[in-house]
Amino acid sequence: MSLPIELNDMAPEFKETVKERVPGANFDLCLTCGTCTAGCPASEIFEMDPRKLLRMLVLGLDEEIRKTHWAWVCTMCARCVKACPMAVDIPRLVYNIRASWPREKRPKGILGSCDQHIRAGNAMGVPTEDFIWTVEDVAEEIRTHQPQFAGMQVTVDRKGAYMAINQNSREPVTEPDELGPLWKILHLVGADWTYPSVMWAGENYCLFLADDQGWRYILEEFVDHVDNTLKCPMVVNTE
Amino acid sequence: MYAQWIREGKLPVNSDWNKDLKIKFTVQDPCNMVRKSLGQSMADDLRFVAKSIVGEENFIDMVPSGINNYCCGGGGGALQAGYTDARRAYGKVKFNQIQATGANYVFAPCHNCHAQIEDIGHHYGGHYNVVHIWTMMCLSMGILGENERTYLGDDLKALGLGKEVQP
Repeated sequence: MSLPIELNDMAPEFKETVKERVPGANFDLCLTCGTCTAGCPASEIFEMDPRKLLRMLVLGLDEEIRKTHWAWVCTMCARCVKACPMAVDIPRLVYNIRASWPREKRPKGILGSCDQHIRAGNAMGVPTEDFIWTVEDVAEEIRTHQPQFAGMQVTVDRKGAYMAINQNSREPVTEPDELGPLWKILHLVGADWTYPSVMWAGENYCLFLADDQGWRYILEEFVDHVDNTLKCPMVVNTE
Repeated sequence: MYAQWIREGKLPVNSDWNKDLKIKFTVQDPCNMVRKSLGQSMADDLRFVAKSIVGEENFIDMVPSGINNYCCGGGGGALQAGYTDARRAYGKVKFNQIQATGANYVFAPCHNCHAQIEDIGHHYGGHYNVVHIWTMMCLSMGILGENERTYLGDDLKALGLGKEVQP
């Protein structure tokens, strides 16, 4: 049996909460055209899609929307909002659904990586001195075995370098040989660069965890080190 | 920056190594780098770099691509979120796109995309390899060391070893 929707009974409190945080999200402008859903690779997973998620929000199905695990399957790739004729900001809705979960209930893998990053400066939790040792060891190996790069400089915390480069921590930690090709390219073009030792890793899992305080802390520590200690005018996050 | 350095003549890349081999390449446009920040000009630069390294005729784009590209399904923490089946179902769209190009290699200039595209390749039985740009760039300049070839297939494992570059 179908039932009419009782508009007077709807209390979309969660929608109001998210709107306060994302004033330009345009949730009430949705035309239900489905362009978002047609172009979303996560449509149908867990019987959810962007259009359905937005209907739930607008109809005040607050409990259901907060519970959906789909919020962790959507990658916030933003294809939907770029295609949307009314620019309804579904990625920021998803971010705020994630943020509405109690921190300890959020996916363990993301949570662990975020906590490691806050503690150690990288999501793998590797001590900074190990990172520096690896960098120096791989560089020495290249200088020794590849004679045309005998003069290649690789530095950490060199003050006044033009570029501060940060790189995904899995590269130095699990596949250090992958560092060399980039360094050789930088050497050939004569780039003036250094690795910062503070928050040196390029990833930020706290952002994926929707931990506002966490990702801001990581960024602020990094920016403070690059701006005030190293005084590098440019930051480069690698491929 | 790679594109700028190639245009300025600072990187002697060329695609001669692939003239006869005709190994096909495609590129993944990372959402964060293309759609969400630097836009279509970044996607265009990516293609300029890729074509400079592997040859215009050996580059095949995915459809759609650039700012309208599909996410690989590895972003937003998905690789660490624990919903493996859902992540792979998401990635099926990307896998089909790659298969349709017929490419032997996928450039993935983002660590997350790299890991996800490798994983869906293994999971769905694809035969492509996933590479960083820096790997192929160094290969094309004859300066890729023997220990820097983890992501190359057997067809390229030994290519150019022993050659020296004259900068």
